Order: sequence, then C-alpha cells, then structure tokens
Amino acid sequence: MTAAEGVARPGSLVRSAWRMLAALPFLLPSMVLFGAFVFYPLGKAVYLGFFISNPFRTRQIYVGFDQYREVLTSSEFVSSLLVTGTFTLYTVFPAIAIGTFLAVLANQRLPGIIVFRTVFSSTIAASVAISAVLWLVLLHPSIGVLNEAVEAAGLSRVNWLQDGGWAVGEHATVFDMVAAWFIDPNWALISVSLATLWMNIGLFTVIVLAGLQTIPEELYEAARVDGAGRWQQFRHVTLPMLSPTLFFASVIGMIFAFQSFGQIQILTEGGPVDASTVMLYSIYETGFEPPFRVGAAAVQSLALFAIMLALTLAQFRMLAGRVFYR
Amino acid sequence: MARVYFEEISKRFGGTHALRDLTLEVDDEEFFVLLGPSGCGKTTALRIAAGLEEPTAGAIYIGDRDVSFVPAKDRDLAMVFQNYALYPHMSVRDNVAFGLRMRGYARDEIERLVQEVTATLGIADLLDRKPGQLSGGQRQRVALGRAMVRRPQAFLMDEPLSNLDSKMRVQMRAELVRLQRDLAATFIYVTHDQVEAMTMGQRIAVLEGGKLQQVGLPQDVYDRPANRFVAEFIGSPAMNVLEGDLVVEGGHTAVRTPAGLVRVSDAASADVREQNITSLAVGIRPEHLTPEATESAAATSAAAASPAAIIEGQADLVESLGSEQHVTVVAGGWSVVANLPSSPRIERGATLRLAVAAEHVHLFDIESGERVGP
Repeated sequence: MTAAEGVARPGSLVRSAWRMLAALPFLLPSMVLFGAFVFYPLGKAVYLGFFISNPFRTRQIYVGFDQYREVLTSSEFVSSLLVTGTFTLYTVFPAIAIGTFLAVLANQRLPGIIVFRTVFSSTIAASVAISAVLWLVLLHPSIGVLNEAVEAAGLSRVNWLQDGGWAVGEHATVFDMVAAWFIDPNWALISVSLATLWMNIGLFTVIVLAGLQTIPEELYEAARVDGAGRWQQFRHVTLPMLSPTLFFASVIGMIFAFQSFGQIQILTEGGPVDASTVMLYSIYETGFEPPFRVGAAAVQSLALFAIMLALTLAQFRMLAGRVFYR
Repeated sequence: MARVYFEEISKRFGGTHALRDLTLEVDDEEFFVLLGPSGCGKTTALRIAAGLEEPTAGAIYIGDRDVSFVPAKDRDLAMVFQNYALYPHMSVRDNVAFGLRMRGYARDEIERLVQEVTATLGIADLLDRKPGQLSGGQRQRVALGRAMVRRPQAFLMDEPLSNLDSKMRVQMRAELVRLQRDLAATFIYVTHDQVEAMTMGQRIAVLEGGKLQQVGLPQDVYDRPANRFVAEFIGSPAMNVLEGDLVVEGGHTAVRTPAGLVRVSDAASADVREQNITSLAVGIRPEHLTPEATESAAATSAAAASPAAIIEGQADLVESLGSEQHVTVVAGGWSVVANLPSSPRIERGATLRLAVAAEHVHLFDIESGERVGP
C-alpha cells in the first residue's frame, strides 16, 4: 500500500487536498515564471504609480492617486491614445485585407506558386531595424522612391517623416483635434504605419494561407455546382470558413500594433513633436529618458494594459458569435 | 430533365489515362450506374459531366446542348458528394437554399421550395441545425435536398451511400430508387458496390482502367458478361474461372482444366474454331454448381441432359449464411466456390461431385479476355 492510498481513505476533503499538493510541483515552473515576469511587475507598476521620484529612485514622495489623475487627463496622454488608435486602424485591417488577398492568390495550384508564397511571406524574415532603415530611405523627402512616384503621378511631394498634420499644433479641445484628424493628414504616422503594414503583411499572409488550406476542396466544388461564381465562393465559403483565422489575426494584429516600438524609434522618434508617439513610445520617453518619470510611466503602462485587455475581451464578445469553429 | 451524352471523352492526368474514349448515352429519366473498382475512371467521368474537370478530348452534352466549355455553375446539374460536402457553417435551411440563392430566387419562393423538399425527405424538423449536429443519414438527406431543390437537368451522385452503415445503406438504396422514380429525373450514380449497381441501376456501365467494358441491363450484364473482367467483378461470391487448353474428346470439343474436362457447347465451339483459339478461361457462377443428381433422378428427368462438367473435390471451407452455404471445394489443386442450399449441411472434408449445365458455362479467350460463344 502506498502513502497516497493510506491518506486518501478518510475522506474526500483529504483526498482533494492531497491531489492539490500533487499538482503543485507541476504548476510551480509556470507559477514562478508568471510571478517573476508578469504578476510581480504588474503589482510593482501599481505601486510605482503612487510615487514621484528622482531618476534613480533614491528618494520618492508618496502622491497617491494624484499621479494617476494627472497622467490620465493630460493632453499628451489623450494625444497618444488618438495616435495609437489611428496607428492600429492604419496597420491592422489593411494588413489583414492585403494578407488575405495575397494568400488567396498564393493558394492556387499553379506551377511555381511556391515562389510567390515565399515572396509574399518574406517580410516575416526581415528584422524591424532593417525594415525601418529600408523605409527610412524609401521615405526620404528628396531622394526617396516614394516621392519620385508621387511626383510621377502628378501630385506634390510629401514631407513624409516630418509632417505631423493634425497631431501637431494647438487644439483648444479634444474635439478640435478629432476634427483636424479628418482634414490634415499626419504624414509621419502614415509613414510609420506604411512601414509597419509592410512588415506585418508577410505574417498575415502565412496565417491566412494556413487557414485557407484547411478548407476542403469539395466545398468549393459543391458551391460551383450550386451555381456560385468566384466572388460568391469567396463570400459564402472562404470567408466564413476563414473566420476563426481572421479573428485570430485581428487579435494578434492589434496586440502587435500596441507593441510597436522599433520602427517608430528609428523612423521618427515619436515626432514631429508627438505626432507618432504611440502609447508604448510615450511610456519609453517618460520612463527612460530624462527626467525619468518612472511613476508616470508606470501609470501609462497600466492604462495600456487595461486598454488591451478591454479591447481583446470586446473582440471576443463582438466577433465570437460570428466566428464559425468546426 | 435531360439525357447526358459522353462523346469520346478522354482524360489524362500527367502520364496516366483516367479515361479513354468513353462514349455513353444516359437516357432522359434514367437511373444509370457507373460501376467499377477504385481508380477505374468512374468518378472522373462524373466530374467531367459536372464541369469540375475538363476532358482532355471529347465532348459532353446535356440534352442537345454541348456543355464541354460551360463552367460548372452554369450547367444546371446537381451533385451529391461522397462525404456530402455540406457547408459546415450554414444551417440545414441555408445549405438547401444555397443553390437557389445563387440563382437569384425570391426569398419566399426559396422558403417554399426548401419546406417542400425537406418535408419530402423527412428533415423538415432539422432546418435550423448545423451539419455537425446531424447523423450520417441525416446529412445524406440534406445533401439530397440541396440537389433536389433546384430541379436540375440531372443528378450526379458520387458513391453517396458509402459513408453510411450497412442498415442505413439498404434503406437509402430503396429510398433513392423511389425518389428517382417520383422525380422522373436523370440519375448518374457512381459506385464500386455491385449490389448497389444491380439493385438500383436501370442500366449499368462497367469501367476498368479508364475503359468502358460493358453497358446494359443489370441482368444482361450478369448473365452475359462481355469479358473476363466483368465476369469476375460482378457477382458475389465471384465467378469461378478455370483456365485450360482446348481438346477434342469423343467427338466433343472440351477444355481441359485442372479441375476436370469442361465440354464446350456446339455454338461456342464454332466460334472457337473460327477464331483459332487454343486455350480458354472457363467461367462458372457459384450458384450454377449443383450437387450431381443421383442415378435414379437423372433417369427420370431426361431433360437434365448430361452436364457440361462434373467437378469432384473435397469441401475445404463451408460458410453458412443461413439461407444458403458457400462451399469452397478443392479440385485438382484449384479452389472452386459453390453456392448450395443450406440443407443438407455440408461437412468440411466431405467429397462433393458438382455438376454444371452447358448453358451456364461462360468462355473467355485467355489472350484478349473477350467472351467467346453465345
């Protein structure tokens, strides 16, 4: 007889406690990892938010919720929210749409199609730093290819990385800023978004291509016999069968957008002024550049966390019902 | 409804010939079965008719219209796939309605037709379910409903019963026959199951290696197989085939097989002589092997003329099916299967003398495999 059997006999309470104890060693590694890298920093961020301090936190003053209130109502914060939202809008949905388009093209059975699949997905392999430098050249106002193309199309040159549009200058209220959003393009943010879009297309192409390949060929054949043309097959077979993939892509695409940093650092450093300062970049500037306002950065981090959590939950709420899982 | 005509259809996939010069006419309102082993080209023929595959050569007609270059969506045919190919994200209602929606029917017209068809098939209470929530038999009916609702020119069915359990299959077999009769529709039905072919088809076509072997009424194909392949493919248990050289004994032409001499009828021997054939394959269906009549019985029925062959051997395997027994007899080192009445029960090792009448002997040229004689 083993010890387990001996202990388990008296009652179910003892048994479940024993099972819990047995589960503990298996849970321990992930508990340690999550604790050290997620829960401890999360708790620490909440704590830091209550203090203002000198750069190396040798002295700190307790200010309580005042810092939260001050940071979250500042115009910089509102601006970074609007910039982040715009950046997400510019990058996620176009990337999924273009990725889907390329994946549908690359999903055909043609000789040499593997070459196209490789080309379409190749941007995955490019590092953020290299891609950003590449775009820095493409977007260069005087020698960049993009401006050459714009000029060739008969339009006037764009000051890509230096024109902040609606995000620069005084706006009396948030509403004025939103109004400006529609008429005065923020070329700096558009530039950063273009580079990000290009980088993300490869990943989304691969994800959607994988999703497409799980759709049985017979469904298309049935649809053809039923009288569906190309577009109707796409609309009534491909899209619904692809919905879990697209949902997944939209969730991770959004998270990617919120986590973008490298390309902004290299292309615009968040500028001009704060025109391309997304929340993450703002956190970096606040906490890791003089005067090292660690507490304020912590508050912004918590806000970013809360927004991402809320958006992810909302996506599940809104889309889960429309997504078809087999 | 319309006839479907395959005119010298050939199909090649790379180096392999899936179909060679297939010419077939399926009549209007006919239940036509394409039968053959897997890889014989029957499904390819069906897919070419549907427009899912393009023929390498030849033409296909629906009614009098050449549809060889008409895309699948405009051929006005319906297809039932082997694993149904229902749209998993759509309800039963939407699955059935899909073809109508694609053709721009009005909403209330669609609803009326869907109700009508699903009521006929007994699935009207499943309209809001998804295919994943249905049993195999129910999915089968939805697939049928999706085909029926459009009143197509013809129905194409690719082994539609092969995913059902055996009981359901027998039931659906009868239902499909009734359905075809009630709809007065043209059915082209692909199967590898000879029982389905025999029981359902008004006519059957046997394919092998991409070539048409024989077309005809099921009973004719069974009674007079055009070649050795058809003879061995159709019938269960399969036809016994014994090979041997032609000899002349006592004024009669006969084939000397390992299991004994088999006399060749006069009509057949004329053909044999004409074609200069020296060796033959003799085919005998298991049910045509009967225990040899006793001396007295033979004397009384003079009509039971002397049999074409007597095969004597030991019963090696006895499979009793209740209504009958299949006895494998080893004669001259060759196994021959006889389908005997369940009584008297044959014991293993018993010596049997089995007779076959001359009209039940099938002869095939060994070289070409073609039927010889009447």
